[in-house]
Amino acid sequence: MQWWLRFMCRGDDIALRIKGITYGYTSIPVLENINLDVKKGEVIGLLGPNGSGKSTLLRIVAGLIRPWFGSIEFGKRPVIGYMPQVESIDWDFPITVEEVVALGLWNRSGMMPWPSKYVRERVNMVLEDLGMSSNAKRQIRELSGGEQKRVFLARAIVHEPELLLLDEPTTGADPSTRDDILKILNKLNRDGATIILSTHDIVGVAMNLPRVVCINKRILADGDAKDILRGDNLLKVYGLIDSMM
Amino acid sequence: MSEFNLFQPLQYEFFIRGIIVAILVGGMNGLLGVYIVMRGMSYIGHGLSHAVFGGAVVSHMLSINVYIGAVIWGVISSIIINRVSNGGKVRADAAIGIISTAGFAIGIFLISSTRGFTRNFEALLFGNILSITYLDMLVIALVSIVVFLFFFLLNKMILFMTFDRETARVYGVKTDIIDLAFSILLAIVIIASMNVIGVTLLAAAIVAPTISARLLTNNFNRLIVLSTVIGALTASVGMYLSFLFDSASGATIVLFSAGVFGAVVLYTSLHRVYHEHSHGRIRHRHMHIHKGEHDHEHHIN
Repeated sequence: MQWWLRFMCRGDDIALRIKGITYGYTSIPVLENINLDVKKGEVIGLLGPNGSGKSTLLRIVAGLIRPWFGSIEFGKRPVIGYMPQVESIDWDFPITVEEVVALGLWNRSGMMPWPSKYVRERVNMVLEDLGMSSNAKRQIRELSGGEQKRVFLARAIVHEPELLLLDEPTTGADPSTRDDILKILNKLNRDGATIILSTHDIVGVAMNLPRVVCINKRILADGDAKDILRGDNLLKVYGLIDSMM
Repeated sequence: MSEFNLFQPLQYEFFIRGIIVAILVGGMNGLLGVYIVMRGMSYIGHGLSHAVFGGAVVSHMLSINVYIGAVIWGVISSIIINRVSNGGKVRADAAIGIISTAGFAIGIFLISSTRGFTRNFEALLFGNILSITYLDMLVIALVSIVVFLFFFLLNKMILFMTFDRETARVYGVKTDIIDLAFSILLAIVIIASMNVIGVTLLAAAIVAPTISARLLTNNFNRLIVLSTVIGALTASVGMYLSFLFDSASGATIVLFSAGVFGAVVLYTSLHRVYHEHSHGRIRHRHMHIHKGEHDHEHHIN
């Protein structure tokens, strides 16, 4: 386990504590002194423009990037489900929908190269829940944008994670797919999953979340969506007025 | 004029050894090629094979076993390439270009500048069936078993990290360890292939079976099997042809692989416009022009 991910969190209701995270890809930080407590069973939306550090923060929590400063503390290391931005996927890769989803259970499938009965059943169940069972045998490049989102969401949830990190799960999806995804996330949350997702969609996604964190290098607002998604906060987040004002 | 007998070469022990080794080496190259090509690192075979040549020459000069020296050199080169290209600032192809060519250049520099350099490295450069010994065959058989076991047992992890390396890490796949193990195996397979194919031609032998197989299937597991089979077949037939034409085995294998690739391209192109398809309950075949992935317009009725 990476040193910046620690088991030091106090209090049973805390899923993870982000403490003083600073990180940049060059000498200029994209995240600066980020502090955030995430309670168990919470759903948090990270809202901010491109380059605001949303994906970077998710990748640090996932253990993919070592921050310059700060740490992530977990009450207990959770089972993580991760959905990257679909733009990072090689769509010409010869792989079917069910094979992609089965990757999420790679360590529960035995030593043989083919999936076990448990994996096949679980994959079928999740694909059915997401309305994708008829696409199970299709190549991923044959899917529409919305279907692609569902496949990667299916992979993120197939192993029943306690903490879901979703990088723009609804970007590029049509309103119907977006609403379906939100319904699925709602159900997972009711079953106990803690969810952190990044989004650009203020009206379609952020307004429907119980807690939104506006981020643009620093945390600019944090709270109930209806309270913080006001014009002045959004102007600050999207850089239209000086965030230091 | 004596009648030509197709099986005549099989009376020679060295030829049988050559064919067995070609099947094993071709199969291994085909298998490794899948992961190399799908990760967009096709040049690593070319790079590493050149790099190990430098290691072989240096080992010879230091009176160390040429193969052991070349493996160590290859593994170190591979690790450096991985480190540099994973760092983000330098792309893999550029890292391979400089690190491997420098290794090759060291070999050439030492050969050309050292007086009284007696060992003939031509077999390592271009492949020579006569240079394959019984011990080579045994070592290559052992390496083949290790390679096939590696890919069989770690198949799911390797598939995950080849397809989506970052998420694989989140899900607990030890990508760095597998990369290292893969680099070691690749270096060993390249050394094992040196006498059959030669370091200068090896890249094509690694890449060609996979790209031929990729044109024939959209299924990853089938791609692995097809690439391995095509690799084994093209290497063994190429080896046979090299005996017939009295040519360098590496060049003949690579030319035959390129020929197979050309035939596959032709087949898939023809298949695209002329293949059996259905309209409702009626199945028939005729020339047609495709529109997108599935739709097509009838060209000739």
